[in-house]
Amino acid sequence: MDVQNQPSGSLQDIKDIRRIMERSSRFLSLSGLSGVAAGVCAIAGAVVGNSMLKGYYGTYDSQGFFSGDDFSKLKIKLLGVAAIVFAVAFISSYYFTWRKAKKQGVPMWDHTSRRLAWNMMVPLITGAAFILCMLRYDVWMFVAPASLVFYGLALVNASKYTLSDIRYLGYCEILLGLLNMLFIGYGLWFWAIGFGALHIIYGVLMWHKYER
Amino acid sequence: MENRGMKNPITGLNKIFDNRIRLGVMSVLMVNDEISFNDLKQLLEVTDGNLATHLVTLEGNGFIKVHKGFIGRKTNTTYSITKAGEKSFTDHVAALENMIRGMK
Repeated sequence: MDVQNQPSGSLQDIKDIRRIMERSSRFLSLSGLSGVAAGVCAIAGAVVGNSMLKGYYGTYDSQGFFSGDDFSKLKIKLLGVAAIVFAVAFISSYYFTWRKAKKQGVPMWDHTSRRLAWNMMVPLITGAAFILCMLRYDVWMFVAPASLVFYGLALVNASKYTLSDIRYLGYCEILLGLLNMLFIGYGLWFWAIGFGALHIIYGVLMWHKYER
Repeated sequence: MENRGMKNPITGLNKIFDNRIRLGVMSVLMVNDEISFNDLKQLLEVTDGNLATHLVTLEGNGFIKVHKGFIGRKTNTTYSITKAGEKSFTDHVAALENMIRGMK
């Protein structure tokens, strides 16, 4: 038998092939801590949003009349909170993934992360446009379920290009969004569960599995 | 078991893939429709010259295809696998697996 064809060499070759295939087709630096960070931001946002709603309905109940002015102020404040939560969640989760990539010695922005970003963006931007169109018609009640469903679809789509476990988070978000359709009016609660609790649970599990 | 080990396990093994970098290039191209020179370089952690030499060998054997394009003014060379390359590489991997199984 040839020296170069010894089975230990073959085993090493097969291992290299698998590693390179995996590494070149998926972005594997997504950190579980990113999920936890995003979840914490979402819950903080839900708490702030909830207190604003309480404040609004408090005045509404005590004054006993409806003020369109108050309502449009409330809407703007809620959108503001949502935007801030999104920005902080994005930055903090970016940070933890950047840190993991650095530790692994792989670039943050290569063809795997570009592909991941693109495949995530398609359902997300579609969802965002869809929701903005609903808001044009003043349809607020489907905002929470629609965002959960589109986000879930984005994750399922993204799971082909990163840690495949993220698909289960996607399924949960979709189910939660559909469930929310049956309980319209509890959107903030579903949001807190979907973007908060689920992210934290997923993040801890992933951190436990891959990064500990 | 003994019999399988005796059955010439080397059938399908390809000398071209005996090299770590060429093996790496083929592995990347099996799972990516096309990939740029720079992405390959980054993935396999090799120098320009070294990678270029091995790419020429693979192209010469008809295992990969080269596409020369432009992004703006910068040249963007991408590579993809050919049908023949896919077949040879699959055979090579199968032979490697057979050897591991046969030798246990």
